[in-house]
Order: sequence, then C-alpha cells, then structure tokens
Amino acid sequence: MALAWQQLRKHRVAMVGGAILVILYTLALFADFIAPYSLDWSDRGHFYHPPIMPRFIDAAGHVSLRPFVYETTLADPALRIYTIDARKQHHLRFFVRGEPYRLLWILPSNIHLFGVDPPGRIFLMGTDQFGRDLFSRILFGARVSLIIGILVVGITIPIGMVFGGIAGYYGGRIDNVMMRLVEVIIAFPGFYLLLTLSAVLPQNMGCTTRFYMIVVILSFIGWAGFSRLIRGFVLSLKEREFVLAAKAMGLDDLRIILKHVLPNTSSLAIVVATLAIPGAILGESGLSFLGFGVREPCASWGNLLSAGANLINLGRSPWLLIPGFFIVLAVVAYNFLGDGMRDAFDPRLRTG
Amino acid sequence: MLRYVARRVLNMVPLLFGVSLVSFLVIQLSPGDFLAEIRLNPVVSGDTVEQMRRNFGLDQPLHIQYLKWLWSILRFDFGYSFAYQVPVGWLIGTRLLNTLILNLAALVIAWTLAVPIGIRAATRQYSWSDNSLSMAAYLGISTPTFFSGLLLLFFAFRTGWLPIGGMTSLDHELLPAGARVLDVARHLIIPATVLGVGAAAGLMRQMRGNLLEVLRQDYVRTAKAKGLAERPVIYKHAVRNAINPLITIFGFEIGGLLSGSAILENVVGWPGLGQLILESVIRKDLYVVMASLMLGSVTLVLGNLIADILLAVADPRIRYD
Repeated sequence: MALAWQQLRKHRVAMVGGAILVILYTLALFADFIAPYSLDWSDRGHFYHPPIMPRFIDAAGHVSLRPFVYETTLADPALRIYTIDARKQHHLRFFVRGEPYRLLWILPSNIHLFGVDPPGRIFLMGTDQFGRDLFSRILFGARVSLIIGILVVGITIPIGMVFGGIAGYYGGRIDNVMMRLVEVIIAFPGFYLLLTLSAVLPQNMGCTTRFYMIVVILSFIGWAGFSRLIRGFVLSLKEREFVLAAKAMGLDDLRIILKHVLPNTSSLAIVVATLAIPGAILGESGLSFLGFGVREPCASWGNLLSAGANLINLGRSPWLLIPGFFIVLAVVAYNFLGDGMRDAFDPRLRTG
Repeated sequence: MLRYVARRVLNMVPLLFGVSLVSFLVIQLSPGDFLAEIRLNPVVSGDTVEQMRRNFGLDQPLHIQYLKWLWSILRFDFGYSFAYQVPVGWLIGTRLLNTLILNLAALVIAWTLAVPIGIRAATRQYSWSDNSLSMAAYLGISTPTFFSGLLLLFFAFRTGWLPIGGMTSLDHELLPAGARVLDVARHLIIPATVLGVGAAAGLMRQMRGNLLEVLRQDYVRTAKAKGLAERPVIYKHAVRNAINPLITIFGFEIGGLLSGSAILENVVGWPGLGQLILESVIRKDLYVVMASLMLGSVTLVLGNLIADILLAVADPRIRYD
C-alpha cells in the first residue's frame, strides 16, 4: 500500500488532479464562508446581471489600490441592459458581515470572506433569472455534485464486493442465480433506467430527501457491474494456496471471504472507484440538468446549467454556462487521479 | 461456436422476461398513473375518467395487466400510446430511425477520428503532439455531452453558421429529395460531432494504450531487427494486434446505438428515441416506456453478444465451447 502511494506521488499529472480536487472540496466545505451571498438570497432588481469584476482603475483614470465595484441599475428590463453609475463606488472589503450561517454546520457565524456594502453588489459570475448570485450558488452546488460521487461509490463498493465475493466464492448454483439477477440489471441501458427511476420519485420530496434518493438510484445502477467484476476476480483467487490454507485451518466461509479473499480485490476496487466517481458526477448532473435529479431550490452544477438550456437566454447571458466548466474541471481532475492510481496499483493496466 | 451463440440467445429469453418484469414494476412504483392529471381537471367528470380507465385497461389488477401486456408482446403488438393514441410500434419505429441515424453518424465520426489519432499518438509517445492529443482526450471524456452540446449550440446561435437543434428545417417538406438529405445532414452536424468526438476521446486513449503495449513486444523488435521499415511494422503487424480489444468495444457500441444519445437528443431537440422516452416517462405513458426499455435492453444484450462473437472471430486464441 505504501509502495503504491509512493509511486502515485511520482505521477505528476495525478498530483495535479489531486490538488485540483483538494481545492474544489475545500471550496465546497467552506462555501458559506467564501460565498458573498447565501444559497437563496436574491436581488430581483438585478436579474440576468453580467459578471461584475472588481476594478482598480476608475472612470476618470485614477488608479486605486483598493479594488472597488460600481453600482448598476436596470436600464432596460426587456433587453436586460444595465448602466453603470460611475459616481457610486463600493470598495471590496474582506471579512465582512453578511448573511448568518453555521460554519461547518456547527459554529454560527456571519462573516464572509469578501463582499461589498449594499446597495453595491459583487456578482463574480453574474446572476440568474431570479437575481441569485451564480458564484455563490456554484459553491453551494459543489457540495452536492462533489459529495454524490463519494456517497455513491461508498455504497456501491461494499455491496458489490460482498455480492460478487459470495457469488464467486461459492460458484455453482448460487453463483448462477446471483449472476442472473445481476445480468437483468446490467441489461438495462443505464440512462434509461436512471431516468425511469428518478421519474418515479414523488414530486413533493424535500431537497435533502431527494438528494439521498438520487444517491440510492445511482448506486442501484452501479453495483451490478462492479459485482460481476469482483466475482470474476474471486473465481480466480479462490484456487490460490492461501484460500486452501484458510479452509484447512477450519475458518468458516464467511470469514474467509471477508477477511482473506476480498482484501485481495482491493486494488481492483480502488481503480474502479476512481473511475466510478466521475461517472456518478456526470450521471447526477445529467439528471439534474433534465430536471429529474436535485431540484430547486437546492443547487447542483447540473441544476444550474439547466438555466442555460433555453438558447435565447443563453445567447444574452453566456455566463450561465460557467457551472459546466466546473463539472468538466472536477471530472478531469478525477480522471487524472484515477489514471495515476491505476498506474500505481496495477502496472498492467497502464494506458501509457 | 454455433452452440455457444445458440446458448447465449436462449439465455436471452429469461433475461428479457426479467427485464420486462422490472420495467413494469418500476413504472408501477410511481404514484399516480397516466390519468392522474385528467382527474384533477374539474371539467372532466368522474365517470369519464372511469371510462377512460377501463378503455386503457388500467383498472385491472397489476398481474393481469402485466400478463396481458406480455401476451401481446409475444405477438409483436406493443400496445397503444396513451398520449399519442397511435400504436406504440409505429411511434417507436419512426423515432428509432432518427436515433439510429444520429448514433451511426457519431460512430463513424468516432472511429475515423480515434484510430488514426491513437496510432499517431502512440508512435510519437511523449512528443508535443502526443501530449496535446492526450490532454484533448482527457477533456473529451470528461465533458458531459449535454454541456458540449450546449456550447456548440451557443456557438451556432451566435454565428448562425449551423441550424440550432431539431432535425429538419421549417421548409423541409417543400425541398427536392436531394436538398432534403442535405438539410438533415446539416442538422446532424452538431449532435453527431458532440457524440462522435466524445466517443473518439475514449477510443483514442484505448488505441494509444493498446498500440504502446504491442510496440513493446518482442515480435515487433524482431521485425525491426529483420530490417522491415517503420511503416509496415506499425500498420501490418502492430495495429492489427492492437485493434483487437477495440473490437469488443465496437460490439458494445452497437449495443448502445439506441440509448447512448438520450440526453443529447433532449438538449438539441433531435426527435429520437431518447426524447420520446423522456416525454413518456414524464407523462407516465406506460406502454411506450416499457417498449422503449425492452428495446434498449434487447439492443444492449445483442450488442454484448456481437462483441463476444467479433472477439472470437478476430482472436484465434479465444475459443468458446
């Protein structure tokens, strides 16, 4: 295990992926603190507002060391044009007092990393149709999108391992029956089944309940394929000497499976996990994009993208596409990391 | 070999039973049925709704509904769509063709891009072109199809070079036959490119990895030592062997011909099977959803079978009993 870790560190690309993920997860963990506005805060007077970046040079050409933003007002609601009021400057302040929240879900606090005094606004990535800050929502959406992968894999791997381990170890009829069940699940085209299962959920579930149900559904799709892999591997493992030795010592079957056979499949499991997490992220964002996954008012990156599905809106407000780039970033980082882990744990599976 | 195929095909029968049962159960899990919305409408009387229920056969107990459906399936009668009031077979047939066109075009694009690029990247390993192509491949496999679809649509919207979504223009019916084909082809560009490039990215990585492994083998060294030029070594010997695992992938892609484009069809507005199933799931159009699920599963299982057959044909070391 330590040898594999050492080899992983030498793999530069995987380390880059890991670093990106650490940054993303930290952003998600401290989303309340880093985001200038809370999840459902909205300013109806500034809907579909373009991104506001802090400036250093004001209209008259003076350079200011403190970054500031200008106030904007809605000039034309139909065409969504905003005019800048150059007379009213609001300086960017750090550690401002804003909406109250609970840091790490425990400590009540109301200090945010940065912000501007109202009525100035700092919409780093623009707003949506309700005037909600996209940057803040992306940070809160990161929580959902990033955690889903880990939760799904955390459920799929143990269930798949136990199921596949039992099927592979016993062989014969038990194996046959179990694999028949698995084949039925695998026979469904993944996305169709996802869609149908999510449409089955009642409409008026709360945000969090819906989230857990999506996790369950994604796991339901995933464990079957994984258990088949494990079963194949266990079939070859069970003829090895250490299993025969364990049997000769009189250990009961369950213990042999859990304590001796399955730990040897761990390298396979880790490799599959690092590939399954991005799959889960993509699956969840696809579902949320279509409206079947996480729904309003909760944010998830797929959810946020669905605001940009209408081309007319998108044409005028291209910043609505930004959550998509976050999805790509997270999945690329996981793929980097996954490739590195694959190379570290099993050199035979290298893709070069 | 023939016995193996026959055994697999026979195995498909209980599998499809299981699939049909699971599809039926999943649909029944959702609260309400097709008539739920109409029931809420105060204008429609309770009697009419009851009559509709009887007409659609929704008042029978569940197992009777399932058995009736199963019996008609065996006679290739897939039932009627509640929403469209047309036979499901006909409805799916038209959409099927559209989805096939899209996925076949994507398949062609994917393979014509992936194989040469993979070969090039492998033969120039660690060069600038290899690194940039690999990076592009990473991006390709990590971008969700709906996102790249949106990006391309946005680009088409801004520049006006390509039609935005849909399969046909408004004046499609008025065009002469040749122009009609061109019209569909123009609409095909964006969705097929999105799907094809995405698939090509994964394939290219595989091709590159396989070829790299083959190039390390001893027989390649022998061929070079014998004095063969680079080209015949690569193309005549190495690529032939490297392509083997990709043939299995080709089989799987045939299996995914119907279901792979589901999200993209909904984003782009391509009138295919994916769009149909989304609509029907929302409306709880029972028979359409079940027929689509069955169709998707059959195609997938057949695709797996084809993949295994192709592998046995291509690789003489593999023998089925």
